[in-house]
Amino acid sequence: MSANDLKMINVMIDGQPVSIPENTTILDAAKMLSINIPTLCHHEDLCVAGNCRVCMVEVKGSRTLQASCATPVAENMEIYTNSRLVRTARKHVIELLLSEHRGDCLRCYRNGTCELQALANEYRIDQGVFLDLHKADQVDISSPAIQKDDSKCIRCQRCVRACTELQAVSALCVAHKGADMKITTFWDKALAYVVCTNCGQCVTHCPTGALTERNYVEDVWDAIYDPSKHVVVQTAPAIRVSIGEEVGMEPGQRVTHKLVTALRRLGFDSVLDTDFTADLTIIEEGHELIHRLTKALRDKEDVSLPMITSCSPGWIKYVEHEFSDHLDHLSTCKSPQQMFGPLAKTYYAEKIGVDPKDMIVVSIMPCTAKKFEAVRPEMMASGLRDVDYVLTTRELGLMLRQAGINFQNLEDGEYDSILGKSTGAGAIFGATGGVMEAALRTAYEVVTGKEIPFDNLRVTPVRGLEGVKEASLKIEGTLNKYNFLEGAELRVAIGHGLANARKIMKQLESGESPYHFIEIMACPGGCIGGGGQPIPTTNEIRMKRTTAIYDEDEKMQLRKSHENPEIKTIYEDFLEKPLGHKSHELLHTTYVKREKN
Amino acid sequence: MVMTREEKLARINAHQDRVNLIFEQINYLDLMAKVMKLDNETMMQYIKESGLKGRGGAGFPTYLKWNLAAKQNSDMKYVICNADEGEPGTFKDRKILEEQSNKVFTGMAICAKIIGASEGYIYLRGEYNYLVPLLTTKMNDFNQDMKNLGLDFSLYLRSGSGAYICGEETALIESMEGKRGEARNKPPYPVVEGYLGKPTVINNVETLVYCAMIVLNEGGKFKTFGTEISAGSKVFSVSGDADVEGIYELELGMTIQEFVDLFGDGDTKAVQVGGASGFCVPRKNFKETIIGFEGVPTGGSMMLFNSTRSMYHILMNYLEFMEEESCGQCTPCRVGCQQLVKGIQAIKHKKRPATYLDELVKLAKSMRVASKCGLGQSVANPFISIVENFREEIIY
Repeated sequence: MSANDLKMINVMIDGQPVSIPENTTILDAAKMLSINIPTLCHHEDLCVAGNCRVCMVEVKGSRTLQASCATPVAENMEIYTNSRLVRTARKHVIELLLSEHRGDCLRCYRNGTCELQALANEYRIDQGVFLDLHKADQVDISSPAIQKDDSKCIRCQRCVRACTELQAVSALCVAHKGADMKITTFWDKALAYVVCTNCGQCVTHCPTGALTERNYVEDVWDAIYDPSKHVVVQTAPAIRVSIGEEVGMEPGQRVTHKLVTALRRLGFDSVLDTDFTADLTIIEEGHELIHRLTKALRDKEDVSLPMITSCSPGWIKYVEHEFSDHLDHLSTCKSPQQMFGPLAKTYYAEKIGVDPKDMIVVSIMPCTAKKFEAVRPEMMASGLRDVDYVLTTRELGLMLRQAGINFQNLEDGEYDSILGKSTGAGAIFGATGGVMEAALRTAYEVVTGKEIPFDNLRVTPVRGLEGVKEASLKIEGTLNKYNFLEGAELRVAIGHGLANARKIMKQLESGESPYHFIEIMACPGGCIGGGGQPIPTTNEIRMKRTTAIYDEDEKMQLRKSHENPEIKTIYEDFLEKPLGHKSHELLHTTYVKREKN
Repeated sequence: MVMTREEKLARINAHQDRVNLIFEQINYLDLMAKVMKLDNETMMQYIKESGLKGRGGAGFPTYLKWNLAAKQNSDMKYVICNADEGEPGTFKDRKILEEQSNKVFTGMAICAKIIGASEGYIYLRGEYNYLVPLLTTKMNDFNQDMKNLGLDFSLYLRSGSGAYICGEETALIESMEGKRGEARNKPPYPVVEGYLGKPTVINNVETLVYCAMIVLNEGGKFKTFGTEISAGSKVFSVSGDADVEGIYELELGMTIQEFVDLFGDGDTKAVQVGGASGFCVPRKNFKETIIGFEGVPTGGSMMLFNSTRSMYHILMNYLEFMEEESCGQCTPCRVGCQQLVKGIQAIKHKKRPATYLDELVKLAKSMRVASKCGLGQSVANPFISIVENFREEIIY
């Protein structure tokens, strides 16, 4: 249906007439008149709940107030968003929420970014009318990634909806009724013991401090202050377009080189880049794909295709729980974070003459699942914990503010070497479709000796925020070695958000997957929308961060992973060849079958 | 006018016998044969002219509901009988289902024929599971009868799990769909998007029996009872400090005084009309208060309290019930109920001043307009009506 076919509805809001398409909610209609109605349970990523009742408005002729987020406009509706009745009821609702909430704002991790706090401030709730009802719940710190404090929960169910709708995980659910109603897990088990992927979408969708990342800021400060430790930091692709939001900048600002300076000022001894190991991932994973295709198409051997990317630890844990019979489809490549760790503690440590035992590797990630990934038992390829601490973008923001760094005025800095240089292909790992695009840029060139036939290397069919993207690429003009691929149609798919991943996997499970290569990222939009990213994250903000990531790519001199000079060096110096012995030892991993519940 | 218990019973029974629609023995097959011959417009006209309003308590005109559902264009429509009788002090649907289930089924079949539904569901209160074998047998026979008559309509039974909120029609649908019993946002209403997203009529057990009787009597008899606003009769569940207790079908429109004279023990100080979600009528208002939609509506629950009863404990009992039975999803109901319970306790124990009661009344008023469904909206009914009439008893 085109916009012209939409029936227009005439309503009056606070005395102002407005004409809007049918099915628009009162909330959105009011926005068009520059009237902001406060909300709490509403989130544009999620289905309508209408349960917090903060957004109520008066509709003339209606016996009760209406939740504006859940009520579509109707012809000739007369709406009041700020009448005495509305204000009284809204204030009561806020008071009630506060009476149930452990309002220890000064000591709260979300102090200053809490939506309930903002609302209480707006309505100047300075004196509690009602009795204090909050329960002294124990904080669930069982998970290495996510912390759950029910005493701060306002039962808006945004987390439950994120976990169910966006992620199809349903680790969080609603249990009990009345005063006992709470957000919990299957059988009220601790988060570490349920099917939770640690993706952190519950955290980014939580309006209060009920769900937060496990915070390792103090541990990192301790490491920095310890003179006997050489502290290495790695920065994920997606954080260079989002950290600005933590220090007061608009979404979508590229601040890569200010970030380098800031990290050095914080006291990190080596400032290196996960983008480097993103490039390395492409080399290893690209060769793995070619290897699998060779086996399948030339040698007619039974290999698992499609091959699926393994960069997203939330996705990995999801597939280990939900599709554990298909783990052989996963690329054995570790994620860039976990490729970085062992290289830092072996190759880099030796290069700079530091005992690996005295090296602490910190990564700054847009992700909460990376915290879990870092403590997986498989991730000790260096003989030590490969990555010691994982901080989210938000935690880094905290450190920057604590250190009094005036981020916006910093001069640009350059990454240390080696493990510091990267290409545009590494950068776009941060957006959904980016790993696919980077892999295609390299794999196509390896097989044909020619650049991938897209204008300015923009592989546009794999870009964008559509849930499941598909593309196919005809391979023509192959080098002799790969002539069995001549004329082959390489079919790929990209999914982001685990609900979309589930669709792709259901198809694979039924034996009908037509693809050779699939990229999956656990979070909507990919890492730019990760569970460790600044709050809020909305589609508009995802778009801005995505645009910035592709800008970053285009501004780079080198945009293909295999052209990264440091990659060449590390193979010559240390790794020898892709999929070689050292690679297998340090850069590849195995997966485990996990229970479905 | 003081009557002995026998005199009261004789009067009540005479009244009942005069009305006698719900428990009258009829041959439902004859009625269904008649229904098959009648056209839908005629039947709708009977229902419309009867002035029947939903007997679950909310009192939505049955004709309107059916008409809205009939107008929907859909490949599938449903009729649901709401037998989740959970209102404190209501126990009449249980007897109707025990004794007159075929009339309930017939009411559903009539609705189905009119709106174009091919499936009907009885959502039975969890605590009434002892009725499952009886209802299953009767339903199977009825389904066979419908087949024989050539009506494409089958009945199914669903058991609730004991949550009061599932009597709210959209929570009932959620429960039937296997989800948590939580009220939905309205609109859309069930007549547009109900069970499995299809147009659905949900009627109370008693309403459906009246529909059958109205069609049987071609619109007559029912509308000869009651008042203009509250047409017809109603089955009452009488309990508390009553000389005569039990289940009685009476005309709507009598005053509480008349009711108390017939049922009370001579010392009635208050009547709670409509259960925990209903209104408390104090003695001083008995004469002027009409039982019906123009006065105090009821789903059937009539609880009589004499002067030995503490209104504080009665109110506390209702509030604790609501506090526990709130589904918990919306703020005003979940937290508001807790605040009311703990608030009057705090006043009683002198932890809050008596004036705090005024804050609680304001809160209850907000709950009435701000809660998502009828449960939270109706907590204000007992709260305000008891607090305003028995303030002394609540505070001291």
